[in-house]
Amino acid sequence: MRRIADGGRDGRIDMLVEILFYAFATVLVASALGVIVARNPVHSALGLVVCFITSAAIWLLIGAEFLAIVLVLVYVGAVMVLFLFVVMMLDINLEELRRGFTRFAWLGWLTAGVIVLEIVGVVISHAFGVDVGRGPLPEPPGYSNTTELGRVLYTQFAYPFELAAVLLLVAIVAAIALTMRRRPGYKAQDVSRQVAVRARDRVRLVQVEPEKRA
Amino acid sequence: MLEPTSWAGLAPAVAEIYLAIAACVILMVDVFAGRRWPRLTPSLTLLALALGVALLVLFGQVSGRVVLFDGLYVEDPLGYVLKLAGFLFLAFALLYSRAYMQLRSIQRGEYDVLALTALLGIFVLVSANSLLTVYIGVELLALSVYAIIAFDRDNAVAAEAAMKYFVLSAIASGALLYGMSLIYGLTGTLRLDELVARLSDPLTPGVILGLAFVVVAVCFKFGAVPFHMWLPDVYQGAPTSMTLFLSSVPQIAYFSLALRLLTYGLDGAVREWTVMLTPIAVLTLIVGNVVAIVQSNLKRMLAYSTIGNVGFILLGFVTGTRAGYSAALYYTLVYVVMVLGSFGVILLASRKGFEAEELDDYRGLYARDPLLALAMMALMFSTAGVPPFVGFWAKLRIIQELWATSHLALVIIAASVSVIGAFYYLRVVKLLYFDAPPAELPTAAQPSAVRLALAVNALAVIVLGVLPGPLLDLCARLLR
Amino acid sequence: MLNTLASDWLALPAPARSTVWILIVTVGLILCVAYLTLWERKVAGWMQLRRGPNRVRIFGLLPGLGQPFADVLKLLTKEVIIPSSANALLFRLAPALALIPALAAWAVIPLSPSLTIAHIDAGLLYVLSLTSAGVYGIILAGWAANSKYAFLGAMRSAAQIVAYEIAMGFALVGVLMAAGSLDLGTIVTAQRPGILGWNWFWLFPLFVVYFIAGVAETNRAPFDVAEGESEIVAGFHVEYSGIGFALFFLAEYANMILISALTAVFFLGGWQGPFAGYPLLGATWLGAPSFGWLAVKIFVFLFLLLWFRWTFPRYRYDQIMRLGWKMLIPVTLVWIAVEGVLAYYHVGPWRPPG
Repeated sequence: MRRIADGGRDGRIDMLVEILFYAFATVLVASALGVIVARNPVHSALGLVVCFITSAAIWLLIGAEFLAIVLVLVYVGAVMVLFLFVVMMLDINLEELRRGFTRFAWLGWLTAGVIVLEIVGVVISHAFGVDVGRGPLPEPPGYSNTTELGRVLYTQFAYPFELAAVLLLVAIVAAIALTMRRRPGYKAQDVSRQVAVRARDRVRLVQVEPEKRA
Repeated sequence: MLEPTSWAGLAPAVAEIYLAIAACVILMVDVFAGRRWPRLTPSLTLLALALGVALLVLFGQVSGRVVLFDGLYVEDPLGYVLKLAGFLFLAFALLYSRAYMQLRSIQRGEYDVLALTALLGIFVLVSANSLLTVYIGVELLALSVYAIIAFDRDNAVAAEAAMKYFVLSAIASGALLYGMSLIYGLTGTLRLDELVARLSDPLTPGVILGLAFVVVAVCFKFGAVPFHMWLPDVYQGAPTSMTLFLSSVPQIAYFSLALRLLTYGLDGAVREWTVMLTPIAVLTLIVGNVVAIVQSNLKRMLAYSTIGNVGFILLGFVTGTRAGYSAALYYTLVYVVMVLGSFGVILLASRKGFEAEELDDYRGLYARDPLLALAMMALMFSTAGVPPFVGFWAKLRIIQELWATSHLALVIIAASVSVIGAFYYLRVVKLLYFDAPPAELPTAAQPSAVRLALAVNALAVIVLGVLPGPLLDLCARLLR
Repeated sequence: MLNTLASDWLALPAPARSTVWILIVTVGLILCVAYLTLWERKVAGWMQLRRGPNRVRIFGLLPGLGQPFADVLKLLTKEVIIPSSANALLFRLAPALALIPALAAWAVIPLSPSLTIAHIDAGLLYVLSLTSAGVYGIILAGWAANSKYAFLGAMRSAAQIVAYEIAMGFALVGVLMAAGSLDLGTIVTAQRPGILGWNWFWLFPLFVVYFIAGVAETNRAPFDVAEGESEIVAGFHVEYSGIGFALFFLAEYANMILISALTAVFFLGGWQGPFAGYPLLGATWLGAPSFGWLAVKIFVFLFLLLWFRWTFPRYRYDQIMRLGWKMLIPVTLVWIAVEGVLAYYHVGPWRPPG
């Protein structure tokens, strides 16, 4: 918000951005609540999708368009699709899983309370010594955060970037090593053999001597 | 801000670069040739490790601290030595487990690839100079280890162990990340060497909270006591070859994690984290050594023995001095040598369809397989801390440093748990030599190369014990 | 008169102008979709030696020209049946979710040298994220209907789209390497003028992969296992009737147009004229950039899509997966490497690095 306000644009746009922020934030909080209270796991997963989309929208408002789009691309477009896929296939009965859930409610409330205290500590009382008043500086015109992100990822952070790639490779190798199995009696097409087949492999012409009438 | 991008400038990072490439190449070779020549990949991996050592010695030597990749990577003589040790230990681990895995037909090429990527994760941790690289290293190692534990996928116990480790380790990773984010948010830097300068007394409560999370995560990785629940189950549940791997090589990484994070990065908070670590170390020592006594399963006993030994390593950190850290380094290296040998014996003693896991399986091993029994005896004496063996010096160094920093109570505790610990190690020796062998157990036939490796391993425990000077000097020099 | 209109137009605030353009593009698209359905049936008829729809006329013009409107009226007036055990909310929501991304993606497509509704820096990623979000309509429709056939169709579709998304993304990596930008306008202008300067020539394997993956993304034959009439009746939309069915129909055809437009933009120079920069021809309308060229290219790809549908038999599910993972993805990976080498040694029309 602050960045845009500093940019010296006219007040109407500011107000529009403010209204959009609160609209998205409301939807975000509501759908986040939906994720945990929905009785149907598919509804929970969909609530999470809405969460992702609205947080992406909020990121757009502060000018982080690359991250916003990638959030939608990766989480909404791929991760949640597979998640839904699995949830739908498994047909989980959350009611059963929820039984006895309230026994641990105090733990949840305690954690929530601690987090609220921390937020209060950071935002209001400055107990943590964080300088919260300073928003990001306004970017110069023609600034593209896609370009900037690319620049730091491939120069300054090239090392962890490559390592993250290795991490993903390990994930693939691990997933395949743990799940792919060759069952005995498993029939599969060998396409290269299918393509390489010739007529003489399939049809054998034999000369059958006619039976002599006895 | 950018370093010149020349290949020569990257030479100190040769081990990591080489390992990443080697893992990819071996993966591809295994994909296309693994089924036709199943023995190719393990051999190639051993070859790759040897080549790695050669490259590291030729190009990777550094005389001082070299910071690379925009401050995210640091290489120093300590890192160089730890990486050499990593190559060496992994080679031994793979060599021991080869026959075992082939007999149980769980020898697939992915295991070697995952072992290499785990080693890469270890190297990343060893050379981490940023909270970012620390985290990625931890994850790279952990992800490979999860898969390695569950590798025998038809083994339900192993799958359960992997699941347990996965869930708890994910929580620990979360704690690590949470602590790091607090520390980063309050100091404004990810670089460990800059972090030192920015942490000044008195610490804000936020930093201490972050520190607490980091300490919890480090202790979880080590398997220190309130966070040790996963360790015995995982050690016992995983196939022995996997237990051998995860009990040995990653110890280097956990040591580096503690060293880089706590003593380099958070040196400004040394008083706070030694206070946090002290009760954990004491509990770890006591629980590890006392619970090990009642175990009847050798793998589980060694798991508790690991916990006990972790307590000693943590005591080295509790001293808060460079000399103390070097004692911990010495202890770690020595411990890995010993644990490699111990699990190596278990691997060699088992055969197809028979896991030599229970203590009773070792009754009278001397009569059946003198070499194996001799090696086991040396290793057990050493782990117990009996004088001519190397384990004695490791324990002695830790206690010396505790004494030097006037931690009198800790000295007494460490000495007394050593005595308790000696009991169950020596019980194994008694089983080996003084009990009658059960009639039905056949002798093991193992490839002679592996037996030779085990002999070298056991010999190392003795030789390093008789001549402790060079390694002790090295450890002291690396951490001066 | 015209002058005042133009100045009034320019005096409008930017959001208002965008809104007008959005309306124009959306209405135009829906009309295109309507006539694309007619065109498909005509093409199918000709390929099968029939005439195709030829009864409904508008104003006594060409036979069949009124067919789409007759279809729409019919579907609009039909009863919307919601199965009693369906999840009513999601069942109603799903068709809209299928259609919205197909329309929203047009925001970043450069329609002519001067006209793009929204200039987004990461336009390519925006398009990718929207096309991948389109799958929600399908899997929700399949799940909410509470029908086995619909569910099977939805599962097939989800797996297929996620698999082909990867090949598609990798093909686009090649495009953005060539352009050095994620902005669709820059991707068009970065392609050298003239038909041989466009991306398809140097990125031919990626071009082919992208288009095949595009066909698979739209669930069109030969990748239409999600509908698979002969196996699972009509797949994910088997329980839909009336306007719900019409919306899915609309979404499928809107996606076809979108994929054709994107292929044209990424690989065929978008609105660029084919003979720009050529002697003689280059100075005529053949070399001039215009919206017309984009329309022609879109039409060519649409025709290809129809041609495929009425020519190829349907792939089996495992064959689809094999094609996606084992053929298309390796091809893109290899070609990205080749492109990197070519660009490094300045072979071909690449931008200098930096």
